[in-house]
Amino acid sequence: MSCSRSIIGFGYLALVLLFIYLPIAIMMLMGFNVSSSYELPFRFTLAWYQQLADNEVLWRAGRNSVLLASASTAVATIVGTMAALAMSRYRLRGQVLLQVLLFPPMAVPWLILATSMLVFFYYSGIGRGLHAMLLAHVALCLPYVIIVVGARLQSFDRGLEEASATLGANPWQTFFRVTLPVIAPGVAAAALFAFGISFDQFVTSYFLSPPGVTTLPVEIYASIRKGFTPEINAISTIIIIVSMLLLTAVSRFYAFGGSK
Amino acid sequence: MGASGSMRLKREWVGYSLTAPAFVWLCLTIVLPLAVMLYFSFLSAMPMGMAKPTLTLGQYQTFFEKDFYRFLTWRSITLGLYVTLTCVVVGYPAALILARLVKGRWREAVLLLVVLPFWSNALIRVFAWTMVLRTNGIIDQAVQLIAPSLSLGILYSYPAIVIGLVHSFVPYMILTCYISLQAIDDSLIEAGQALGATNFTIFRRIILPLSLPGLCVGIVLTFVPVVGSFMEPRILGGPQGIMLGTVIEDQFTEVFNWPLGAALSFTLLALVAVIFLVTSPLLRRGFRTA
Repeated sequence: MSCSRSIIGFGYLALVLLFIYLPIAIMMLMGFNVSSSYELPFRFTLAWYQQLADNEVLWRAGRNSVLLASASTAVATIVGTMAALAMSRYRLRGQVLLQVLLFPPMAVPWLILATSMLVFFYYSGIGRGLHAMLLAHVALCLPYVIIVVGARLQSFDRGLEEASATLGANPWQTFFRVTLPVIAPGVAAAALFAFGISFDQFVTSYFLSPPGVTTLPVEIYASIRKGFTPEINAISTIIIIVSMLLLTAVSRFYAFGGSK
Repeated sequence: MGASGSMRLKREWVGYSLTAPAFVWLCLTIVLPLAVMLYFSFLSAMPMGMAKPTLTLGQYQTFFEKDFYRFLTWRSITLGLYVTLTCVVVGYPAALILARLVKGRWREAVLLLVVLPFWSNALIRVFAWTMVLRTNGIIDQAVQLIAPSLSLGILYSYPAIVIGLVHSFVPYMILTCYISLQAIDDSLIEAGQALGATNFTIFRRIILPLSLPGLCVGIVLTFVPVVGSFMEPRILGGPQGIMLGTVIEDQFTEVFNWPLGAALSFTLLALVAVIFLVTSPLLRRGFRTA
């Protein structure tokens, strides 16, 4: 009885996983198919990857994506960790306000955030471009960084810092020699999260990109709407693999779904 | 008193300067833009050149007077309902199986497999569905092997949008439900069994009520982005893909009627705010267990 139940259970989970992975697998396979209009039967080729290697536009967009994600990660991780530290250490007036501010980037549809940034940046003179995208990406990453690092800080033993101070270390020494090493896994997970969010971010980049300055997702969206070849499958395959490797790395530091 | 007072002042000063960058950043990218957008939604026209636009309720009036926009809003809401319902029906049982039947390393592995694609590019996953659903695509060809006369190229249709969005959000639903399901104390269920409750009674009286917060978080976190979605309907829906989100996108990228786009955005935002307000007691419990 319980055996048949677990067979049904595992069968169902397998079906759900199939639903999740089948389209991705087919998309990847089609990047190795000869036909430019995705005709079957399947015949293997690497031609689309060779074409991709010569595609200046996609390469430039790719470089922008990596640059932007790196910069967003650096800024969001530093600014977010500072805020998480302060919020776990001090009772500040206005702290609730910051907590409330963390809510919109996660709860308001990105379409609304992106379009209002477009309006504000346009009329305030900030304008569009990579710098505007950096502003947006960091804002979207900050709540996740603060939450992940904050969770790590909750289990941190304050006695260690007090001991360090008693032994004569100044606050900087205490932070870099005691606090940071202990919370490092949380900070690393937050940084990887931030990189993933920025690298995959489409909506804000789309509205904030001026003609000629694009990221990979923006370029892919334009291609899907204007007509495309399996080159898009090739670049999508590369992006998916990078994203999945990143998240697997995160999972080493951060348990999804609470306790293991 | 003086010394400890100045110590406290110094500690506070450190605290404020640590939080200031995050605070300023979020004000610059979230608060100010939303405020400016709200102001824009009351303008009569784009402020360009010499023409000075006046303040008006006209944009909102357009929304409430024209059937087209009400129809669009209703379309977006029903899309949200369909997608959310499907996610619950598919995701909740998966989370239940994961939390109660699967153990140890297997559980960890399956959970990781479920969340992996969630963080990969949503755009690419939608693009992947165009490969699967198109005429002469995999599903179409498989169906034609069995029934040669039947054609099942459902790309550019309403079901295609629903399938694509369910694919995007079902991992979220599984994760939030799983978090509250795995927190249920086994002894509660054993007590139910000892008292002679059937499996169904145990589910209805113990498991379902205790997992409600997680379920609710999953529902809200699915419904809200789906109502505001524009890229998925655009790519998978073709002519069927017109939604509130796609019309807002058009106002900013094609039509350049930013005031109307702003008014439509704020109507959408009001809708989202109502959903959060109504569900906030359950949401708060849900986030606490997570």
